[in-house]
Amino acid sequence: MKKVIEGSHAVSHAVALAKVKVISAYPITPQTHIVEMLAELVASGELDARYIRVESEHSAMAAVIGSASAGVRSFTASSSHGLALMHEMLHWTAGARLPIVMAEVNRALGAPWNIWADQTDSLAQRDTGWLQFYCEDVQEVLDSIILAYRLAEQISLPVMVVFDAFFLSHTYEQVDVPEQAQVDSFLPPWQPADFLDPLNPRAFNQMASPEFYMEFRYKIQQAMEQALEIYPQIDAEFNAMFGRSYPLVELCPAIAGETAPLALVTSGSMTGTARVTQRELRAQGILFDLIKVRSFRPFPTQQIRDLLGNYSKVAVIDRNISLGSGGIFANEIAGALSSMEQRPTVYPFVAGLGGRDVTQTSITEMIQRALGSTPPEDILWSGLKA
Amino acid sequence: MPIELPAKESVYPGHLACPGCGAVIAMRFVLKGLGEKVIMAIPACCWSIIAGPFPFTALKVPILHTAFETGGAVASGIRAALDVKGDEETQVVTWAGDGGTFDIGLQALSGAAERNENILYICYDNEAYMNTGVQSSGATPLGSWTTTTPSNMPKQTRKKDIMQIMAAHRIPYAATASIAYPEDLVRKIQKAAGIKGTRFIHIYAPCPTGWKVPSEISVRLARLVVQTRIFPLYEVEDGIRYNITEDTVGYLIDEYYKSQGRFKHLKREQLDQIQDQVDQQWQRLKSLSKL
Repeated sequence: MKKVIEGSHAVSHAVALAKVKVISAYPITPQTHIVEMLAELVASGELDARYIRVESEHSAMAAVIGSASAGVRSFTASSSHGLALMHEMLHWTAGARLPIVMAEVNRALGAPWNIWADQTDSLAQRDTGWLQFYCEDVQEVLDSIILAYRLAEQISLPVMVVFDAFFLSHTYEQVDVPEQAQVDSFLPPWQPADFLDPLNPRAFNQMASPEFYMEFRYKIQQAMEQALEIYPQIDAEFNAMFGRSYPLVELCPAIAGETAPLALVTSGSMTGTARVTQRELRAQGILFDLIKVRSFRPFPTQQIRDLLGNYSKVAVIDRNISLGSGGIFANEIAGALSSMEQRPTVYPFVAGLGGRDVTQTSITEMIQRALGSTPPEDILWSGLKA
Repeated sequence: MPIELPAKESVYPGHLACPGCGAVIAMRFVLKGLGEKVIMAIPACCWSIIAGPFPFTALKVPILHTAFETGGAVASGIRAALDVKGDEETQVVTWAGDGGTFDIGLQALSGAAERNENILYICYDNEAYMNTGVQSSGATPLGSWTTTTPSNMPKQTRKKDIMQIMAAHRIPYAATASIAYPEDLVRKIQKAAGIKGTRFIHIYAPCPTGWKVPSEISVRLARLVVQTRIFPLYEVEDGIRYNITEDTVGYLIDEYYKSQGRFKHLKREQLDQIQDQVDQQWQRLKSLSKL
């Protein structure tokens, strides 16, 4: 059914459709609308679940670790400082192989205080063993939650569905909310092989000595690689049922079947702005192909090589920064391309930190800089005030 | 009051505790009291090691090993999962040390208690961070040596009164217990098991390694600490109804303190100061128990 809903509420609808049984969360702007609606759905009985109103984000993740360890589908949501406080438990979740799904609203970290869009919070969690999917619009946010449970429960790893503060979390868009029966068919109940059970007592997460620890990590890496392999099939099933598809990396050429002189790589909500910019510049004879990276973990290294290897120039826009290094997507992309004999020149733009708008004008300016004679640097700042 | 203890053991031989470990005796009695319909959450503490490394376990109940500060929160999540599955019978137990309870886990415990989560939270108290090598915690008593409160600058402040903190949350049941009084301990565990909501048991569990005492005097110290009224045995219902469960003659504290290496630097006037505090605390508890 088509509805005009807020990005945050798209998450809440999806969590209800996924028949999540335990929700635990702590409020932080701009995540609050997600959990407020979930609390209402639980209170009214529309969602048959327990809502645990914890005293911190650290406890929110600990509580869903408890419920998922007991074999029940579990959800939490957070952002920025809340996600940073959870950091220890993010490692614990992935290490314990729990298929928890979290909605993570990208917000800048202090100091100074800032509540607006910035990807550094989630990207700083890249080594925790969580899958991370970055969304472009509200429909993708809703669909990603459902896709995330299906994938997470198949590979026994947690998934973060990531989207920009306010640009998506507080924006109303027309969304096709799937029918419950279809979601039930796509996402059957979770049936874990092992869970906390007095009739089958086992110890979970105990000390693993150097004799064993490395293999635990190897198996997580294998599961990440498995995710890259099985996701296209899950996405195809989703597409067959709901008529929408979300590849891990999407190529949107300026002219179908041709390779433009420049590829622009984006993630998150700025991708929508880049699509419009691509159309407008094409009318003026300026061509660039757009590459949307949806999956940051697992990083689709081979697809990045296959899609970007043929270009002479690749511009990457990062709404994030690893301070002392540079834009994080650009670094990962440069790393993926480094083993190729012929590889494009990478133009690593940093733009839009702390919620500053990345507009058609600023994207056009970045395209022109990359297409022009500007030599690439380790960081190309966009929109920086003098 | 004599009580029949089940002969069945739920702690396997071959666990990894030090000789004389009070925390193992405590676990044995707790599981004798609870039976095997138990899920146990163990945040970082000595028992993270005692229970055995992968792929072994020393307990006949399922264990979720978890991060240091998560005892209250993880148990809340397990309880919620059992509730949605319709399992009301299984007891969810957090088994935490004093560091994980008095210090790093206090926030999550307070949150769980405020929500009155239906969990049994047990703190076995050996009065310092023993697993990491005897560092001072909020449960370390005044005057004690630890590796972070050396004997020329021993612990300068009193032990945190965790029972008062828990009583202030108005949870339905809180009690102290000692491994030297197994009937009292098991009776309290079984009473707690019959109550819904957050239940808190504070078990005194000597650590011969950290206290610098011979391993064979663990139980003796656990009895002396009660008989000297340093650690009285009592329970608190709904945060207001106090009941002393073991009346004692009130021996002077000297023998308890002088038999432990961790207190050997204490002078007469310091022992007198501690005796005064013990007497005042006892009077306070006596007056509360008459209310």
